[in-house]
Amino acid sequence: MKAISRTFIVIIAVALLLMFVANRLNVSQGYAGSNTLTIYNWGDYIDPELLTKFQKETGITVIYQTFDSNEAMLTKIEQGGTTFDVAIPSDYAISKMREENLLIPLDHSKLPNLKNIDPSFLNLSFDPDNKYSAPYFWGTLGIVYNPKLTNLKFHSWDDLWNPSLRNNVLLTDGAREVLGMSLSSLGYSLNDTNDQHLQAALAKLKKLTPNVKAIVGDEIKMLLANNEAAAGLVFSGDASEIMDQNPDLDYVVPDQGSNLWFDNMVIPKTAANIDGAHKFINFMMNPEVAAQNAEYVGYATPNDAALKLLPEDISSDERFYPSKQVLKRLEVFDNLGKKMLVHYNELFLQFKMNK
Amino acid sequence: MQANTRAIYMLPYYVWIVLFVVAPVVLVGYYSFFDVDGQFTLQNYRTFFTPVYLQMTLSSFWYAFLVMLFSLLIAYPAAYWLTRTKHRQLWILLIILPTWINLLLKTYAFIGIFGTYGPINAFLETIGVGQQQLLFNSFSFVFVSVYIFVPFMILPIYNALEEMNPSLISAARDLGASGWTTFQRVIFPLTISGVKSGCMAVFIPSLSLFMITRLIAGNKVITLGTAIEQHFLVTQDWGMGSTVAVVLIIAMALLMLLSGGFGQEVRHGK
Repeated sequence: MKAISRTFIVIIAVALLLMFVANRLNVSQGYAGSNTLTIYNWGDYIDPELLTKFQKETGITVIYQTFDSNEAMLTKIEQGGTTFDVAIPSDYAISKMREENLLIPLDHSKLPNLKNIDPSFLNLSFDPDNKYSAPYFWGTLGIVYNPKLTNLKFHSWDDLWNPSLRNNVLLTDGAREVLGMSLSSLGYSLNDTNDQHLQAALAKLKKLTPNVKAIVGDEIKMLLANNEAAAGLVFSGDASEIMDQNPDLDYVVPDQGSNLWFDNMVIPKTAANIDGAHKFINFMMNPEVAAQNAEYVGYATPNDAALKLLPEDISSDERFYPSKQVLKRLEVFDNLGKKMLVHYNELFLQFKMNK
Repeated sequence: MQANTRAIYMLPYYVWIVLFVVAPVVLVGYYSFFDVDGQFTLQNYRTFFTPVYLQMTLSSFWYAFLVMLFSLLIAYPAAYWLTRTKHRQLWILLIILPTWINLLLKTYAFIGIFGTYGPINAFLETIGVGQQQLLFNSFSFVFVSVYIFVPFMILPIYNALEEMNPSLISAARDLGASGWTTFQRVIFPLTISGVKSGCMAVFIPSLSLFMITRLIAGNKVITLGTAIEQHFLVTQDWGMGSTVAVVLIIAMALLMLLSGGFGQEVRHGK
């Protein structure tokens, strides 16, 4: 009995000592001080060279962490206990974070490079006047298709319903995306909350069931690149990755309209180095930096000055930099509130259950 | 003093039970009475008893049953053969080995194996059967689930067969029973405890499978597990997710009770 209690006491003492040492180490290495910057970004979504460049220019040590979904990022920031100085969420997540007071307003006087951003990507519904966020990348939702497996050209969403595509279409596993596609094909807004319109969209989706081979997550990239299906509903960012792997494929944004998405840089409430965060955001909007990053990542840059620095074959690629006319028909997903999101998902579930 | 000491030995176990068994179940039950806005409601349960969720429940049970049945059909003969084979330890190791590999990795491997241009289809083409769609249907779902769960079925049955006194079989034979009668009247009843615990070890987890429904069945098979995952991660409707979980917990408890899995039957094998 005595031996056991002694062991317990020793273990606790050792644990406390280790905690103290770890704490001292963190402080001495600057992990808790002002000379580091913790960045929380999507995986493989920055040119790592730029992080080194930023460290050299500013002397700030960058700690880089990644997430794989907006929801995972939100949960982690909501729970606290983290010191993320800069995060890069998507549009609807930003609107959610704004509502929940999870963001620190940007000091525009510290962000002179904001002038490089194309004005049509500023002051959008999810963040009026860019009070909390600065654009990082943007893109669209569209169809990746395989000309070797289908002769269709996909000018319209309705082409996905074509009987020749029986069991040959892959969909992204997202309620907003799939229902949005159906709404858009019926001429409604992607942010429609009218129940009649939503039911009509569901009824139309149920007619798509025979063509749907699978509703999958990130695997959709691998499956499409491996010629597993003739067409797939994907975001432009995924499309550019797929086409890198398999150049036979092509991407198109249907004429009826589609989703326009943004990933913006924000400073979460958890930030410890707010000044450094501004420096980083401003650095990423520097034309040369943004151009280098866009070339590395392959997504569309909202930075006008950077766009001019990009090679012609990238900046004139209408699949990823659609014309102003197409842009007008694109809509950002608004944050429809939790209740509506639940309703969308309920309808999506009914579509999935449809046999 | 003696009794005290023993109580202290049990302490870590009690703390564990309270923290990681009782508390989560209580929390899940608690959350199931709230809607997305954090208001108290019974609506979640009403929603559960609508056709969408009932159909989902039905299909979950059906697929879990199929997975259990096929696992049993494969595992029983395998376990029986194991008891009569020479290099027993080696074979058992080979059966357990796949469980050391991460579930997700194994599942991903099947996307490649079953793919349109995967090895199985290449083989089918060579022997003249032609390309088949193997992925994204009920077949692939049941196949991969059975592959994953079979070791959990083999081991308890093997143990039960091992514990059985072999002279009982000789006795049955001496008394004129045929091979089938011996199996039906002697061997199977004596190993029923192993079969039961194997079935529980397979049926209950397969009720709430979720990653495989997306990766292998492409959401063509929807189980309650899929719904729970979606409610917690996508819609953040923890109330509805918890409600589905509560129903699952109750269903599993009932199943255990009905099959006498709470330990009374364990004696049977001895």
